[in-house]
Amino acid sequence: MAIHKAESPLPGLLYHKPEPDAQPFKAPGDAVAPGDTLALIEVMKSFMPLEAETAGTFKGYLIDDGEHIDAGDHFCEIEG
Amino acid sequence: MATGINKLLVANRGEIAVRIIRAARDLGIRTVQVVSAADHDMLAARLADEVIEIGPAPAQKSYLVIDNILKALAESGADAVHPGYGFLSESAEFARRVTEMGVTFCGPDAQTIDRMGDKVNARAAAIAAGVPVVPGSEGRVADLDAAIAVAEEIGYPVMVKAAAGGGGRGIRIAQTREELVKTVPMAMSEARAGFGDDGLYIEAFIQRARHIEVQVLGDGERAVHLFERECSLQRRRQKVWEEAPAAALPEAVRAELCASAVRLAEEVRYRGAGTLEYLYDMGREAFYFIEMNTRIQVEHPVTEMITGVDLIREMLLIADGAPLSLSQGQIRCAGHAIEVRVNAENPEKNFLPAPGTIETLVSPGGPGVRFDTGVYAGYTVPPYYDSLLGKLVVWDTSRAAALDRLSGALTELEIGPNPTTASLHRDLVQNPDVRAGAVSTLWLEDWLRASAEGGLLKTA
Repeated sequence: MAIHKAESPLPGLLYHKPEPDAQPFKAPGDAVAPGDTLALIEVMKSFMPLEAETAGTFKGYLIDDGEHIDAGDHFCEIEG
Repeated sequence: MATGINKLLVANRGEIAVRIIRAARDLGIRTVQVVSAADHDMLAARLADEVIEIGPAPAQKSYLVIDNILKALAESGADAVHPGYGFLSESAEFARRVTEMGVTFCGPDAQTIDRMGDKVNARAAAIAAGVPVVPGSEGRVADLDAAIAVAEEIGYPVMVKAAAGGGGRGIRIAQTREELVKTVPMAMSEARAGFGDDGLYIEAFIQRARHIEVQVLGDGERAVHLFERECSLQRRRQKVWEEAPAAALPEAVRAELCASAVRLAEEVRYRGAGTLEYLYDMGREAFYFIEMNTRIQVEHPVTEMITGVDLIREMLLIADGAPLSLSQGQIRCAGHAIEVRVNAENPEKNFLPAPGTIETLVSPGGPGVRFDTGVYAGYTVPPYYDSLLGKLVVWDTSRAAALDRLSGALTELEIGPNPTTASLHRDLVQNPDVRAGAVSTLWLEDWLRASAEGGLLKTA
């Protein structure tokens, strides 16, 4: 089983949840299909979904909710 | 020129902070720039006499935290605050607390900000001043049934607006009764979540309208207008291109429009610089007041170019207690000015934000050309704030000449390697509809859609 690390194309703030009091998009053990939203990134007051490119099982986030992320940083792991 | 203000704290960032520092410097006022941890390098921080950090990068933890700014205010000994636009510029609480510290707030008092910031109250003030408003509900609608009753009386389509919204936020459109039934509960919960107030009101939706606004200055007794601006070219309700005066407004309509703005400003005993926004229905040659912004606006330079009045300077003088320095008769409209917003966004990729390091920046110059920016070559545009890099403003003796001058200036402007909306403006300045001034607030989005589908969008 290979571990795939998803990376952000843009710098900004990473969010695990669609809204502050919602559940995270993915929890460890959840199935991931290509196109699933894994996180949101806030860049210049715009929110954009970061979507899965591969299928597998969600392992966990690598960057905390609401924290800064740089372009090219890995933000979660998917085992597939 | 001297004022009683000795030291001004700039509670903003980016190009407007630079603009405020310049106006203060011209008046001999020292400046204190507040910065987030991400903003020590911005141009305003370099130009200010003092810099105070007010928190981490996200605006919610720095530029929007009243306590942090008040702490910087006390620490710096500044005796005045200019809030710029956005952030806390229309926070009545901020204005009140600054004033309570015995510090001058460059804007209207908290009560006026509260009154005009609530769209329902602003509309009532407009009606009291005899200013036409868009047909709609008398104040907030109590519930869905009341919303339906208003919509059926004025006719669909209607806009459902959050009373506490603004800047294009909190607006939904319902084309039919069925859509209204779905929209009202959603709009209420959104308004509650977004603005802490679920009050809604209903207005007729004027489909092919132009956005025209009037700049006013008031000293609490008397008010004057500085003519109108047109901001019909918008994307997602955000202005991208602004002009002064409006491209095609009959002279009698212009006179009444501007007079109505003065009436409303005097009705609320307005003090400071403000803008009254209107929709203009070209077919009926009728204008309707929509809202008032109780602050300086992004697009204020086009007004400065046609009138020769430094609006930020006037704000500082009025805040210092001076009566208006100009009578209405002294304010003349000469020539035509256009401003285009140069944003760190990629028009080729659906306006994807494009923060990052600017390696090359060549500003255009020459007569009637002004580039207001908060960035420079070598500066890294942070991802935390809005995407405005700068505003290219041109003036010439006629609209046709201003368009040609803008075209030339856009050719000179070079920002790299970052994608910017300058490439969009290079296309727009050549467009026949734009050149003819034949645009409504829906034009740009229609054109962008058609260009994307037809592959017509030219690369710069």
